[in-house]
Amino acid sequence: MSYNTSFLLAIEDLTVSFDGFKAVDGLNLYIERNELRVIIGPNGAGKTTVLDMICGKTRPTAGSIRFRNRELVGMPEHQIVRAGVGRKFQTPSIYENLTVFENLEVSFPRGRGVAGCIAFTRTADVVERVHKVAGEIFLAELLDTPGALLSHGQKQWLEIGMLLMQEPELLMLDEPVAGMSAGEREQTAELLKRITPGRSIVIIEHDMEFVSRIAHKVTVLHLGKLLAEGSMEQIRNNPKVVEVYLGH
Amino acid sequence: MNTFVERFLGGRRGLVNLAILALLLLVVLPLSLSVFRLNLVGKYLTFAFVALGLVMLWGKGGVLSLGQGVFFGLGGYCMATFLKLEASDPVSTAIQSTPGIPDFMDWNQLKALPALWIPFKSLPFSLLATVLVPSLVAFVIGYAMFKRRVGGVYFAIITQALALILSLGIDGNQGLTGGRNGITDLRTLWGWDIRTQHAQYILYFVTCALLLLCIVGLQWLLSGKLGKMLLAMSEREDRVRFSGYDVSMYKVFSFCLAAALSGIGGALFVLQVGFISPSLVGIVPSIEMVIFAAVGGRGSLFGAIYGTLLVSAGKSLFSESFPQLWLFCMGGLFIAVVVLFPNGLAGLFDQLGERILPWLKRRRESAAAAPATLEPAIETPSEKGASS
Repeated sequence: MSYNTSFLLAIEDLTVSFDGFKAVDGLNLYIERNELRVIIGPNGAGKTTVLDMICGKTRPTAGSIRFRNRELVGMPEHQIVRAGVGRKFQTPSIYENLTVFENLEVSFPRGRGVAGCIAFTRTADVVERVHKVAGEIFLAELLDTPGALLSHGQKQWLEIGMLLMQEPELLMLDEPVAGMSAGEREQTAELLKRITPGRSIVIIEHDMEFVSRIAHKVTVLHLGKLLAEGSMEQIRNNPKVVEVYLGH
Repeated sequence: MNTFVERFLGGRRGLVNLAILALLLLVVLPLSLSVFRLNLVGKYLTFAFVALGLVMLWGKGGVLSLGQGVFFGLGGYCMATFLKLEASDPVSTAIQSTPGIPDFMDWNQLKALPALWIPFKSLPFSLLATVLVPSLVAFVIGYAMFKRRVGGVYFAIITQALALILSLGIDGNQGLTGGRNGITDLRTLWGWDIRTQHAQYILYFVTCALLLLCIVGLQWLLSGKLGKMLLAMSEREDRVRFSGYDVSMYKVFSFCLAAALSGIGGALFVLQVGFISPSLVGIVPSIEMVIFAAVGGRGSLFGAIYGTLLVSAGKSLFSESFPQLWLFCMGGLFIAVVVLFPNGLAGLFDQLGERILPWLKRRRESAAAAPATLEPAIETPSEKGASS
């Protein structure tokens, strides 16, 4: 299977079973460049597990995940990140004891090895990039605030910012607006639209109103399998999707 | 110059801490103690190197090792091997059946020097080995463990087993290592008699100087990105990993660093005390060293040193009068630290500072407000984070 694809991310026949239970079962998923894809589905559909497999946290039982035609299955997590895949976790994972500036600074893709880390100095390009990203994620005024003092929504933004520092080509966000106020959701939707050009974004989200605002294409998972895929309008009118997910 | 103070000396606060420690070690103790007691302090300070390593590995890196005695011992044995070879020249060992080899080898019917000992005829090699051998052993073990994501309690147990293995291994290979008696009767370092009072003084000051140098170096490491990464890893290891860092290599590095520091401590121990034996390698000393760091405050470089000095001094003074009770005291102390003040003495000190400084500030402010003078406000040192 060494044919080339123009897709940024090509997932084929992806399967993982935990003690015989197939959490993801023969999934095919293709993400184009500059695309913002939303994955929806009921609890236990395998959404987070798919992201776990892409970023190397969980090893698939079978199938392939190719990113820019490079097989990711079997690569160590940090190599996958360095290849250009960024992942935001479901609960905001930031460093509470570091300031916003430092949180962004340690996410800068230089000095990741131990020796490079020791030799790392805060040069002008680092500072410039931190300020630029902080502006994008609405935290420019809070650079010296410790992470612990941020609101829940601001922590979500900070984690997105930490990913942006790495300039990933594929950005995966697990429920980025959970716990955000209506105003914050609106700002986040704007942010996501702004950062999509030049990269692809995969988002897991439950808030359908938010999904319809941002998604280029929606994928519906159910019991580890692909149930439907298409534009928001197509998905809304798909009887199978209404039955298992949107109906209630 | 300012960045120099910030990075090497830990800012104003670190500078004060360093000055106090230097004053205590280089002036107060030498002037107030007899050579015998000062030599004891020097011996305690060699354990402080291990405690410094534990601060980096356990306090900052979040990895507890119960086998640091292994690296202390390896450093010590490397030094002792050189000193023993120098003490075993053919003239002073003329009465042996094979002159020119260490006495214990002769008793074990060895006829020639084992190959392992030959490189230790060179002083530069031996000095390098006191740091490199422990680091190398730590690298091999650390790489094997951390790459497989072994951590926490499992890692602690494995390191403890390692301490037992090495002490038994030394014990069992009498011809090669001197066995249970260890390597004794060390006399000179490159012709310089290390047993005289004069030498004891010099070695004490060399130990102090190296210790202070290590603190400065570690502060430099911690004030840079590495310190932030260690903090980040102890908080959210997964986030660090998924930011493109190979977390295991950072743990390997911390483990090697702690081992290298322990090795320096071991070598200085041998120089000051004049012997090394498996009793300094095994489980009990390894755990004692963890207690030193815990009592002083595992997150604080200075705390670890005071913790080592206090607990070791307590051990010596107490066991002089009540030898049976000491182990119970040590156990009680450890439980007290874990239950009552998990950040050790450094943590207590910080708490005290947090209460006193605002009180002082209030007093100054009210004093300044009352007579309404034009004096500029006196700057109070801002409390930022724990002392390191």
